[in-house]
Amino acid sequence: MAVQLDARPPVAPTPRHTRPTRGIRLTRFDTRYSPYLYIAPFFLLFAVFGIYPLAYTFWVSLHDWDLLGIEPTFIGAQNYTQLMADPDFWHSVVNTLGIFVISTVPQLLLALWLANLLNRRLRARTGWRMAVLIPNVTSTAAVAIVFGVLFGREFGMINWLLDLVGIDAIDWKANRFASWVAISTMVDWRWTGYNALIFLAAMQAIPRDLYESASIDGAGRSRQFWSITVPLLKPTIIFAVIISTIGGLQLFTEPRLFNSGTNAIRGGPLRESQTVTMYMFENAFAPHYNFGYGSAIAWLLFALIAVVAAINVLVLRRLGGGGRKEGSR
Amino acid sequence: MTRLWSAGRLTYAALVLTALASIFPIYWMFVVASRTSDAMGEVPPPVTPGGNLGANISRLFANTDAHFLTGLVNSTIVAVSVTVSVVFFSTLAGFAFAKLRFRGRNALLMVIIATMMVPTQLGVIPLYMLMTKLNWNDRLPAVIVPALVTGFGVFMMRQYAGQAVSTELIEAARIDGCSTARIYWNVVLPALRPAAAVLGLLTFMTTWNDFLWPYAVLNDPENPTVQLSLRALSDGYYQDMSQVFTGTAIATLPLLLVFIVFGRQIIGGIMEGAVKA
Repeated sequence: MAVQLDARPPVAPTPRHTRPTRGIRLTRFDTRYSPYLYIAPFFLLFAVFGIYPLAYTFWVSLHDWDLLGIEPTFIGAQNYTQLMADPDFWHSVVNTLGIFVISTVPQLLLALWLANLLNRRLRARTGWRMAVLIPNVTSTAAVAIVFGVLFGREFGMINWLLDLVGIDAIDWKANRFASWVAISTMVDWRWTGYNALIFLAAMQAIPRDLYESASIDGAGRSRQFWSITVPLLKPTIIFAVIISTIGGLQLFTEPRLFNSGTNAIRGGPLRESQTVTMYMFENAFAPHYNFGYGSAIAWLLFALIAVVAAINVLVLRRLGGGGRKEGSR
Repeated sequence: MTRLWSAGRLTYAALVLTALASIFPIYWMFVVASRTSDAMGEVPPPVTPGGNLGANISRLFANTDAHFLTGLVNSTIVAVSVTVSVVFFSTLAGFAFAKLRFRGRNALLMVIIATMMVPTQLGVIPLYMLMTKLNWNDRLPAVIVPALVTGFGVFMMRQYAGQAVSTELIEAARIDGCSTARIYWNVVLPALRPAAAVLGLLTFMTTWNDFLWPYAVLNDPENPTVQLSLRALSDGYYQDMSQVFTGTAIATLPLLLVFIVFGRQIIGGIMEGAVKA
């Protein structure tokens, strides 16, 4: 994120020659303090409903704390040690990472490819862009329900199509890996086009003459794509990966509504597709209302996000050789 | 632009396939919504609309588990109030960051950018406890108030205000004795209108779609948002798929209409934000 910051110094104090009149004093007060007034709502709201709950989650996680919250007992790291030995928690971690990997990798590759297609001289440009973005504007809950039916075992359209090419029906909900694939499909359907437009915007900022000189040097289209486009897109790709990591590891709505009925929050009878956020909900809210334990899950998930995001950035930095520095675009 | 590669047949073929994959699930949602529930068991699956939409709609609104009408009304109230508020506070703060000088401006802007990376969703448990204290559980303020202004909105408006609002005009207005508030209202807001509209559309769609937090805090089945009505439909003991799909179709319809009318602006907003971010 190359943010252009304006480094002008704050307003210099005006020398006082005469005693200011009431109007001037008012104006001075206005110019000095109204900026703070204008930005205050965000900071206030973020403090109360954003950062305070997140920090307080840690405090709660050190307690045996239930719904009523009468005399929560301080128990130190006990929730965490219990979690470390909780197979259902680790099961949900593996699910989350599995879904994350099989959704994000194809998604970003597809988005790059799609952006490359859209970055050509096209008829009805806006039409194509709208067509790839439309999944992103639909209701997540609605899409999860629709895909849940498309991936149905008996009457699902996907199994019907597979049957046409001679593949036996897959039980998408009861098979753990199959459920990951189904949920990843939903996520990719929703986000590939969005990421493609982000990449497309970055591609359009690449100077044309780079390609021109490359083709004079005899580089073909695919060579140009991998040697010019992709390296120059690296900051955007890293940004997209970070955003995907933060969102993907907190995945909730899709797997929650892919499953239905009483076991939905468990992600199926054997927790086939339960993500960490779902496990947090199962413990923190109905039926258990174990706030302490749920908060410990939240903090471990926070740590997981930080670690995975850091690893991703390091790997991506290295992949491109790290040679090109991108200060301003 | 003439130096862009021209698109060959393969490019168009690939784009057509992508567009089909994008649109089909949405189209199919409307197909099932317009048929009887028998359609689910048909082989091959039906892909053309039927004539049962009206009947499905009246059954949906009569469903005593889903409270679908309440859900629609609630979602409209929530999405509209959040949108108006986000646009107002974001343009105000964006203007301050782009055009006013004050101590700590750059540092505070950095803080705002950093907040976009913070997974605040992980704070739901204390947030839920806070709402219990405020006695907002099961009530709409619980989903409206925390969303009244976003870091994303402030940042987007700040980026746009930097180029769209003329500093000379602001200074001229100031010399004429305008207060900062008047400058905001009469000079800045009109200049920000295109970007503010995009922010409003994006905010409306995100809020309309929001699921996790309403799911946590609105537990009264009689007072849902529309997404929670969908959950009730989908989790129902007896699943009547044509009715469930009628629900998903109606819940998606406002978003589709917004997108069809303002698609060009929304795409422009997303792509401009990407280059600047």
